[in-house]
Amino acid sequence: MERMEKSAVPADLNVMKKNDLRLIAALVILAAAAFGGVMLYARLSTKEPEAVVYLEGEEKGRYPLSENITIEIRQENGNCNILQIKDGKADMIEASCPDKVCVRQHPVSRQGESLVCLPNQAVVEIQNGQEAEIDTSTN
Amino acid sequence: MAKKTAYMGMLTALAFVLSYLESLIPINLGVPGIKLGLANLVVIIALYTMDTKMAFTLSLVRILLTGFTFGNLSTMIYSLAGGMLSLGIMIFVKRFPVFSVTGVSVLGGVFHNVGQIAAAALIAETGSLFYYLPVLIFSGTIAGTLIGILASILIRHLTKTENREQSN
Ligand SMILES: [Zn+2]
Repeated sequence: MERMEKSAVPADLNVMKKNDLRLIAALVILAAAAFGGVMLYARLSTKEPEAVVYLEGEEKGRYPLSENITIEIRQENGNCNILQIKDGKADMIEASCPDKVCVRQHPVSRQGESLVCLPNQAVVEIQNGQEAEIDTSTN
Repeated sequence: MAKKTAYMGMLTALAFVLSYLESLIPINLGVPGIKLGLANLVVIIALYTMDTKMAFTLSLVRILLTGFTFGNLSTMIYSLAGGMLSLGIMIFVKRFPVFSVTGVSVLGGVFHNVGQIAAAALIAETGSLFYYLPVLIFSGTIAGTLIGILASILIRHLTKTENREQSN
């Protein structure tokens, strides 16, 4: 019974073909190269990091990470996010959004990192930071 | 026909369960709300054991169902963008005899993440999210590989059982 079925398996049902391995390798290399590019880009900029607040894509303010400050990002429609800059890190500590995903995000401090509140269309992006490192660890 | 409907229902339920499990696991890929796409396992199985139309229906039903049950509008838009882009790519690649199930799944996994981040970037009107693209390509590749290996084993088993039933 088993002997017949072995040959009946179509080629594209193989668990792994050479092309699959090539694809996986290419993607891993691509990801590593892009990661290197991001790191290099961040390393090249030496200015003091700032937290830049955007609402619906429009820049609303820049705050250096060196100064401890709490910013209330209040919008005309009542939506509100509270951004705290403390010890060189920016963190969303409160928000009016329903999902609170932005509040659960880890504090950010490195070039290119961002805090995103999709329901409120609010983004806090770190610009001109030091060396970037992406933290992939779980909570 | 009734058997086909039952099979479809079973796959939908399985996809629903996987989405639920995924919503419980707090995987932080740096971008809020981005999911690994475990339910892609079921979509791939549908794609190989049924047809394109069924895979599409399954994918859509799964996204709407989980979106209304565990998510909100923004996470649903994420999933829709990721799910549909991923499925489109997989249907396209499957037409050519280049990759096996694993390769198709890897591309589906990567574009699942690309679609989600593109939707997030559009909603928040920021390009800064593409900073996370390298991590997302990497995680999509790993998740796609594991899901693909599992899917090809399951598909082989499912088609085998079907053949056996037909010959009996
Ligand atoms: Zn929020």
